[in-house]
Amino acid sequence: MKEENIKPAINGKEVVIGIRGLYKSFDHILVLKGVDIDLYKGENLVILGKSGSGKSVLIKIIAGLLQPDKGTVEILGKDMLHLKGKELQSLRLKIGFSFQKSALYDSMTVRENLEFALVRNKKDLSPKEVDEAILKVLEHVQLSDSINKLPSELSGGQTKRIGVARTLVLQPEIMLYDEPTAGLDPVTAGEINNMILEVQKTYKTSSVIITHDLACAKATGNRVAILSEGKIFIQGSFEKVFNTDNALIKSFYDYNFIN
Amino acid sequence: MPPYEWKEIIRQCYEVGCKTLPLISLTGFITGIVFTKQSRPSLSEFGATSWLPSLVSIAIIRALAPLVTSLIMAGKVGSSIGAEIGSMKVSEQIDAMEITATNPFKYLVVSRVLACTCMLPLLVLYSGTVSLLGSYINIHANELTSYRAFLHEAFAKISFLDLFSSIIKSSLYGFTIGIISCYKGYNASKGTVGVGKAANQAVVFSMFAIFLEETVVVQFINSFLR
Repeated sequence: MKEENIKPAINGKEVVIGIRGLYKSFDHILVLKGVDIDLYKGENLVILGKSGSGKSVLIKIIAGLLQPDKGTVEILGKDMLHLKGKELQSLRLKIGFSFQKSALYDSMTVRENLEFALVRNKKDLSPKEVDEAILKVLEHVQLSDSINKLPSELSGGQTKRIGVARTLVLQPEIMLYDEPTAGLDPVTAGEINNMILEVQKTYKTSSVIITHDLACAKATGNRVAILSEGKIFIQGSFEKVFNTDNALIKSFYDYNFIN
Repeated sequence: MPPYEWKEIIRQCYEVGCKTLPLISLTGFITGIVFTKQSRPSLSEFGATSWLPSLVSIAIIRALAPLVTSLIMAGKVGSSIGAEIGSMKVSEQIDAMEITATNPFKYLVVSRVLACTCMLPLLVLYSGTVSLLGSYINIHANELTSYRAFLHEAFAKISFLDLFSSIIKSSLYGFTIGIISCYKGYNASKGTVGVGKAANQAVVFSMFAIFLEETVVVQFINSFLR
């Protein structure tokens, strides 16, 4: 993967994810209090927020893993919250999710992890085509030599890459990254940032990246939104959002030691 | 809900069945020996040691083999299923399956419940056979009974209903172990503590349910025998 920062221009303003008036509570504690945000085709949208601000809840609602109390989530023109059966399955195949802790199937090798969803959802593929698809995606994440390893034999950065590869093998249109650089050293985090940009370029994906890492936000985001107290506090380009005297935004900046 | 995950079902049958064989062999053999040894003094008082094979076979086939094997399976397999699914739940592996449009219920739950339901009757038959072998060895050592005479006496009082009900209730116990363990694992939460709790509850609740079912099934079968 190239080291240069590739930020493709956003073509048009086609909305691929539209979220309106999203509310979610756990045990009477309101976590999301009316979130409104759009993801445009081809862009990387970074959602920044402190721990406990509801970032992961938001991304899990987008992925259909949690149901909101109120609000709508429209993905590729379809109402995600009211889809069922095959319609929901077919929409889910267009969404890739990179979990914070990768969530690799630990009893399976890397090959089996990638094969698992592929053979179940693309039944017309021959074993040779399955192998080719797996090798191709592993080459993209630069881990072809790990194909027969178990997740326990991989490093933190490698498991993140394999987690992404597992979703890329299904060729999703939308990628959701939950804290992609959490727990990684700065060098490995930089490699993951480059991989996110490379995925955007190669697979023409639109992505939502949830993070509290400003370096990741700056490197990968075409647009940044700050989630605070259950609402989108501000959104725009990285420069626009952080060119401010607002105490909340400055606290992010100070915490991440970026000048 | 076809298509079934056949490969996973077969793998689970191997995990549940073959990997439990050594433990079942040991406990079945010891149960046969101990039960025979403990029953002999009471029968000797009446000079009825020749009834030992019948007594032992009735006890083993009607009650001991299904119950002991089920309890062992609840301990070994129930805890394993509860912990495995619980750990997959807390590490978001089940969410990962859902995201990739794979039905985790079919892959994880159906395969394990089917494996437990199908394999427990086979394990009970095997355990019963090993128990009778243990019993024969003990009787042969004391009374010098031949294996032909032992088998003749052992099966003289066993009816088809005895064998059939043992197999059916073993299936029921296997289903119970599978469904309770999967449920507990699937609903695990709060990290590693939750996984431990799920494994523990899978065993405790399965054992409790098996005892309750045994009580009901015995009443039901007795009503048929009358």
